Amino acid sequence: MATPNTPLWEVFIRSRNGLAHKHVGSLHASDATLALQAARDIYTRRGEGLSIWVVPSGTITASDPSEKGMMFEPAESKIYRHPTFYDVPEEVGHM
Amino acid sequence: MAVASIQVSETPLVLYALRRADDALILGHRLSEWCGHAPMLEEDMALANMGLDLLGQARELYSYAAKVEGKDNDEDKFAYLRDVRQYRNLLLLEQPNGDFARTMVRQFFYASFADLYWRAMMMSDDATLAAIAAKSEKESAYHLRHSSEWMIRLGDGTEESHARAQAAIDDLWAYTGEMFYVDDRERALINGGIAVDPATLHPQWLKTVSAIVAEATLALPKSDWMQQGGRSGRHSEHLGHLLSELQSMQRTFPGVTW
Repeated sequence: MATPNTPLWEVFIRSRNGLAHKHVGSLHASDATLALQAARDIYTRRGEGLSIWVVPSGTITASDPSEKGMMFEPAESKIYRHPTFYDVPEEVGHM
Repeated sequence: MAVASIQVSETPLVLYALRRADDALILGHRLSEWCGHAPMLEEDMALANMGLDLLGQARELYSYAAKVEGKDNDEDKFAYLRDVRQYRNLLLLEQPNGDFARTMVRQFFYASFADLYWRAMMMSDDATLAAIAAKSEKESAYHLRHSSEWMIRLGDGTEESHARAQAAIDDLWAYTGEMFYVDDRERALINGGIAVDPATLHPQWLKTVSAIVAEATLALPKSDWMQQGGRSGRHSEHLGHLLSELQSMQRTFPGVTW
């Protein structure tokens, strides 16, 4: 049903206070109000949400898959960026 | 091998609960008929969700009716083993789904009433009905919002959606009066603080409906002749067909479970 009258929207749900909104999926709707209603009906049926964002999919700027090498590979060889090279004293306990 | 219908001792309170339970069951069943057939996936889910809200209301009301009646009946028997003449729902709610616009107009006319009704019933002196009202009010508030948004978009949408919405309003308008009708048996409950007098809800209902219909660039019919009969079991031909589907399993295999 991807018609000009029902564009695609991305849905973000915040499940609890203090957590961030998480992307849960997408849906088609004619406008923002109906998108919010549809998001409620599709993605919060089992008590998943306290708050919903809907964002027109067309407004999202995405990275280009063909630039994957340039974008992401340089980070793969830099394991020292992971915080695993520190000794945590016993007294600190579980971090 | 069809199993016989049950007998119901319709005291005023049993009758009152059954009427509201039947409203919820019949409209809920109508909405469930859209499952897998709605114009788009998103609305398929929305209609099924609302149908389940109504089914939940029906179950609580039937259970309460059974408790008040104090006989051998329960929610399943009320739903599956009463004949069409024993059903007490509003005629509006048994009207066929038709197209999406017709379903939305029916939903809008009823939800705009139910929202006010359940909110008022939260003040009922009957603790069970007040508790059911508190839960149902939140559901009907959403049903009203959902159907209102669609009324506006269908009415103020394309030439075709406008024409379909207006035709549905014209056809269903005569069934709206029954929502505000009170008979002697309900009058006693109203005087006793158990029930709400629906006539007191009518001005606000008309205000809500008129505002949305105007925003939708639609018009309410001038006619004030109103159809009634559902509350006393005189139904349109549509209810019998609905019940034959709803009840076929229990009528054919009494007490079957799975």
